[in-house]
Amino acid sequence: MASAARAYLLQRVTALIMAPLVLAHLALIVYAVRDGLSAGEIMARTQGSIGWAVFYTTFVAAAAVHATIGLRNVLVEWTPLGRRTATLIAHTGGLLLLALGLRAVYAVVS
Amino acid sequence: MAEDSSPDDAVQPELQVDVWRGGAQGQYQRFTVPRSANQTVLDVVTWIQRHRDASLAYRFACRVGMCGSCAMTVNGRPKWTCRTHVRTVTRDRYLQIGPLRNLPVLRDLATDMAPFFDKWQAAQGRFSGSHSRRDPLAVIPPQSHERQAADAAIECINCAVCYAACDVVQWQPDYVGPAALNRAWAGCNDVREADRGRILRAVASDGGCYSCHSQQGCAQHCPVGLNPTRSIAALKRAALASLSSHG
Repeated sequence: MASAARAYLLQRVTALIMAPLVLAHLALIVYAVRDGLSAGEIMARTQGSIGWAVFYTTFVAAAAVHATIGLRNVLVEWTPLGRRTATLIAHTGGLLLLALGLRAVYAVVS
Repeated sequence: MAEDSSPDDAVQPELQVDVWRGGAQGQYQRFTVPRSANQTVLDVVTWIQRHRDASLAYRFACRVGMCGSCAMTVNGRPKWTCRTHVRTVTRDRYLQIGPLRNLPVLRDLATDMAPFFDKWQAAQGRFSGSHSRRDPLAVIPPQSHERQAADAAIECINCAVCYAACDVVQWQPDYVGPAALNRAWAGCNDVREADRGRILRAVASDGGCYSCHSQQGCAQHCPVGLNPTRSIAALKRAALASLSSHG
């Protein structure tokens, strides 16, 4: 498949994956804050939880792919960078996002 | 016509017109042009060339909205000037007329259309048939679904108004633009087309249909009422379906 078509499809698929995850994540934040959960109480719920590990790993992976494609499009359209340079920068950014995200997931579930 | 003998015309017989002069680094030059009944923007430009400055460069041919050569930027918007009445675009008896956006300016109001037509070729907006002149003519019923689908994207006059209206063309110089993609979609819907895959592969590459943001500037400004955004959306779906099944 042509790379432009693949990127288009991947960005939409990852958006579909993220839509319910974003809603759940926002609901979770509101619940944790309104209930006044402490960091320790939150960690007690997440540590060792396969469910939360799967939830946030999926979220981080989808966000990293989605952001890489979006960032590349922004760079191609809004900067004088060529497609190759834009792709390189976007992939670097995406990998960084993935690494930081996975590290954060590991920190709360391990 | 009644609207052209309006009190405004009678009281305000003249127009102040700024016309772009020079190439990309030029500037606007002010002319005072008499108002007349049913006056079009092309009439204004022609009056200036005949009565004020014969060196003014601009392009036109048919004067009836068929040839697509007279498009210019009028008060900031791309327009076919031969069918644009002055009364519909003037602001306080003022007109600003410039060359089309997104194309290299040759001189004054004339742009180099070569990039625009090169992109038609890049998007494979041309017909490849499988029949010879000895075969019988293809019969396509006007009411058939295929013919109706093709009808929705034909009648483009190649004026480049959509190309000038498109922000993505401005941002992304290799984006082929609305007209080329609209033509490619018309070709896809031609039942006589022998190599649909050739078109779909071309439009699915970088600078093709997936660059479109669906902002619909093209549909808003198309003088003949086409909707290239809709054609491009259809191309996105068709190209994905075709490429995912054929690799």
